[in-house]
Amino acid sequence: MRKLLIANRGEIARRIQRTAREMGIATVAVFSEPDRDAPFVREADEAVALGGASPAESYLRIDAIVEAARRTGADAIHPGYGFLSENEAFAAACRDAGLTFVGPPPEVVAAMGSKLGAKRLMQRAGVPQLPSRELSDGASTAELTLMAAELGLPVVVKASAGGGGRGMRVVHSAAELREAVASARREALSAFGDDTVYLERYLEATRHIEVQIFGDAHGRVIHLYERECSIQRRHQKIIEESPSPALTPALSQTIRAAAVAAGQSIGYRNAGTVEFLLTPAGEFFFLEVNTRLQVEHPVTECVTGLDLVRLQIEVARGGALPAQDEVPPLRGHAIEARLYAEDPRRGFAPSTGVFHRFAFAPASGIRLDSGVEDDSEVSVHYDPMLAKVIAWAPTRAEAAARLANTLARAHLHGPHTIRDLLVRILRHPEFIAGAADTHFLQRHRPEILGAPLCDAAGERLHALAATLALQAARRARGGSLASIPSGWRNVPSQDQEQAFEGSWGRLDVRYRFGREGLRALVNGNALECVRVHASGEGEVDLEVNAVRHRYAVHTVGERVFVDSALGASELRELPRFAEPELELAAGSLVAPMPGVVKQIYVTVGAIVAKGDLLLVLEAMKTEAPIRAPHAGTVTEIRATVGMQVAAGAILAVIEAETASAQ
Amino acid sequence: MPILPTRIDPRSETFIANRRAMIEKLDRLAALQRQALLGGGERYVERHHRRGKLLPRERIELLVDRDSPFLELSPYAAAETEYEVGASLVTGIGVISETECLILANDPTVRGGAINPYSLAKMLRAYQISIENRLPLVYLVESGGADLPRQAEIFVPGGAMFRNLTRSSGRRVPTIALVFGNSTAGGAYLPGLSDYVVMVRNRAKVFLGGPPLVKMATGEDANDEELGGAEMHASLSGLADYMALDEPDAIRLGRRIVARLAWRKLGHGPSAAPHEPRYDTGELLGIPSADMKVPFPIREVISRVVDDSEFDEFKPLYGTNLVTGWARIHGYDLGILANDQGVLFSEESQKAAQFIQLANKIDLPLLFVQNVTGYMVGRDYEQRGIIKHGSMMVNAVSNSSVPHLTLQVGGSYGAGNYGMSGRAYEPRFLFLWPNAKTAVMGPEQLAGTLSIVAREAAAAAKRPFDEEADAMRRRAVEEQIERESLAPFTSGRLFDDGIIDPRDSRIVLGIALSVVHSNEIRGAREFGVFRM
Repeated sequence: MRKLLIANRGEIARRIQRTAREMGIATVAVFSEPDRDAPFVREADEAVALGGASPAESYLRIDAIVEAARRTGADAIHPGYGFLSENEAFAAACRDAGLTFVGPPPEVVAAMGSKLGAKRLMQRAGVPQLPSRELSDGASTAELTLMAAELGLPVVVKASAGGGGRGMRVVHSAAELREAVASARREALSAFGDDTVYLERYLEATRHIEVQIFGDAHGRVIHLYERECSIQRRHQKIIEESPSPALTPALSQTIRAAAVAAGQSIGYRNAGTVEFLLTPAGEFFFLEVNTRLQVEHPVTECVTGLDLVRLQIEVARGGALPAQDEVPPLRGHAIEARLYAEDPRRGFAPSTGVFHRFAFAPASGIRLDSGVEDDSEVSVHYDPMLAKVIAWAPTRAEAAARLANTLARAHLHGPHTIRDLLVRILRHPEFIAGAADTHFLQRHRPEILGAPLCDAAGERLHALAATLALQAARRARGGSLASIPSGWRNVPSQDQEQAFEGSWGRLDVRYRFGREGLRALVNGNALECVRVHASGEGEVDLEVNAVRHRYAVHTVGERVFVDSALGASELRELPRFAEPELELAAGSLVAPMPGVVKQIYVTVGAIVAKGDLLLVLEAMKTEAPIRAPHAGTVTEIRATVGMQVAAGAILAVIEAETASAQ
Repeated sequence: MPILPTRIDPRSETFIANRRAMIEKLDRLAALQRQALLGGGERYVERHHRRGKLLPRERIELLVDRDSPFLELSPYAAAETEYEVGASLVTGIGVISETECLILANDPTVRGGAINPYSLAKMLRAYQISIENRLPLVYLVESGGADLPRQAEIFVPGGAMFRNLTRSSGRRVPTIALVFGNSTAGGAYLPGLSDYVVMVRNRAKVFLGGPPLVKMATGEDANDEELGGAEMHASLSGLADYMALDEPDAIRLGRRIVARLAWRKLGHGPSAAPHEPRYDTGELLGIPSADMKVPFPIREVISRVVDDSEFDEFKPLYGTNLVTGWARIHGYDLGILANDQGVLFSEESQKAAQFIQLANKIDLPLLFVQNVTGYMVGRDYEQRGIIKHGSMMVNAVSNSSVPHLTLQVGGSYGAGNYGMSGRAYEPRFLFLWPNAKTAVMGPEQLAGTLSIVAREAAAAAKRPFDEEADAMRRRAVEEQIERESLAPFTSGRLFDDGIIDPRDSRIVLGIALSVVHSNEIRGAREFGVFRM
């Protein structure tokens, strides 16, 4: 293997490039139109444009990707995760084209790609699983109700080809069943091209445990310990760790062994993950096998010291895995947080736009796998995961604290992220106690956990820091009298004013520099003992009431981002002058010039079409017809025949009929 | 580098006493400021706010660039007169859209913004500063016109208000009127003669004759809006170029107009980065002697005003009562003439005349630091030609065409006031410290002189001389002269551009230097005949 094409994007493309570079393997990126300036494209040795924006037009195009490999002379393809990573046709196309596919053979991908098929295979291998029922295409409501009754409510409808929580519906009452099945089918069809779904008993409040397995071409299957990924939103993991705090040593031995057995039963090759549900009673049930590198693989790397991508490449080259007893022992604890561009306070709605700054302070024991950097744009086309932040520490508590602090101090200047939510989870007593299950975010509302870390009092200080930075910027820019002290007055009469809109509401800052230093008020409250140690456009060092903080301030247009130990704030600078508009009611028809009203053709209540003649104005001996600017109803006529009107006078009001327009 | 040394001991008794005396004067000044800020008093201020209107300083604060400095001029106009401190007008230098401008704003809370004789003097002084320094002029208009009971003092000289406005325009200094309220009768010519006019809708009232006058004159019934509303002027008469929806909108438009002047200063600007002095400017409070008769070391003042306390002294060994030399303030090069000992002799006069000519040869502004008792009198000095030499200095000051800035840090007596570029010699700016005194001579000398003359007259007429009456008269005269020579009195009469806190000297001079560089700086090619 000399040149590896990475059929993926974002952080995982960069992650795979890193190992390839280390191993002396050249890299080829493929990219869609919106990704043309992305870091993973720039950092690859070569890059091939796939065109298009949607995944179907780009990262899911098997032919185009194989062609890209041919054109660049790549001899291997790594699929990453998502996209084509678990697509047997892709694995087969690679093999047919004589390319090494870094992953399992197509047969294994196919066998595990069907969740139903996988369940059947695992049943045979003796891996415990939850009772389930396959659904025929035209299952009647009565049949469905019967099946659900046999399984016991609640049940979950799952797409056989599914993954990532898509095509999945939890049903608590028989009444919801029919619609849940129908919508799961629709979603499965559009996401995976296969509408096969099945019912499975649903267990509330379980833990998600998965075991990393590896198989080589010589028949060996080993495990690299387990990971726990119980904290999920919308059935998608957001915090993952290794080892799991939920397992006793005995139980972890059993689960690991079950996973290896599962792998051996299907002749597993390359990296895979066997997922289980764990009940509070210590029972565990098989969920599925993921035939790819997982998003959360870094936590395993951190606690084993292994490079999983390297292992994947070595296995793909035909290399042999170490024996299980040669696998490095678990060392310390690692936790990963997935940073998504979503707003947890609005149902995790994706948030898009440019990250004007995306920076994490380097810290020991912290790993950042990021697909974005300063000035990266997050588009609507792909998964909104921005980066994974991984903390390693000798103990779980320290890893959680380290990760929380790193996230809290990151400078994320752009779209909404779930950072504040992640930090609150990592600092939550339930999480710290190792007791969080998959319903954590149902018990603890994301709207509350996702509220800004910086409280209202902190935001007031941030507003003052932002004010001082803006002030410094204005003084630095102002060529005239720039060396005279800021806001100097020989006859002081009032303070300087600056207003913002923040997360907690409007912030009015008033300030004045005098011989005794800075005097400042925020929302009418004077701040005590304010001392400015330094104030520049980008950094403010401020002491209030004997406590000193440093504030990083970053201004982008009217948005001001402030980061400090108090948290992060995004403030919107309110304009000093409102741009005025003539307060005309919508639909008002004004006289274009002064004149006399000659004729009126409509009455109040008349329905008019665009361009209808409404009235005639005579001015400068010429008649000017006044026509309806849009369709609607005449709600008001202010003109009368013979009336002298001034330019700009309102003659009539026409209310647009939005309903009829639709 | 010639860095000035310092010998000031802030712990010395003299320093502490001097400082205490200065702080007392600053406290009195602060009281005057509070009066000025009150405008027409709380009742009128409240009524004005209730009408949704802004005070003149509120309008100015919104007009100038955020965080930029604003130097109010003549803030104590009409102090110690029957009128309100400030003379119903706020004037000053501010930065609008990164352009240094001269701003005037009527104070409608003071008798409707009526113009009294002091307002007129303050307004004309502001116009003069605008024209001399080529500062765009922005006038925030809301005035009921002349204070009618005093019309006799205002009407005839008041014509200059209009003449100077259009002369500004004629000299390519833009004039902008933002009309917030009344601007009627003669006042209507303020917008009429301005380059740009903004009027506030439903507020501006600009007409030659209001409804009652029109009714009396022609019998016509017409209302305010028809005769002079913003909407009418913007759409019919064309007197208004822009109609503002409200006061902030008028200010916003004013800022846009200034931005579009794309103003360029003609002066060469600073030649170095500014550098704070090496010594504490706060010590300026304790340097001037509390007792005017005790001279104080002027270099200690210079070292706390100029950049890096650096001063290249010229002719240091000659005419030592007057210090001359080169320095920078806020990066601007300039020449300084400063009285170290109050009296000017022939040597000082000749040194000054030479130094002023040198500055004119190289187009550098001059700063006069006044603490002067006058030219030396006495037989020897008259015979050695003190008049000729004093005249050389006055000739040089009068014909010098580089900008002069005058800072009065102590007394300014007799012809010394003239030779050191006093008000009549048209310095671009003249500022006082609170301890300043200005008079033809000291109160004791003046009273004493009067007494000697009276005594001689009595002797000549062989009348007996009433010692008791003389003593009473001397005391009365002394008191009157003392009061009339103090800073609040002279500043109230517009003999200067304002009293400043000594600690602000460097800032005020920095602003003044920037302002004088708005115009071209060109030294004199010709002086009067120097009598050698």
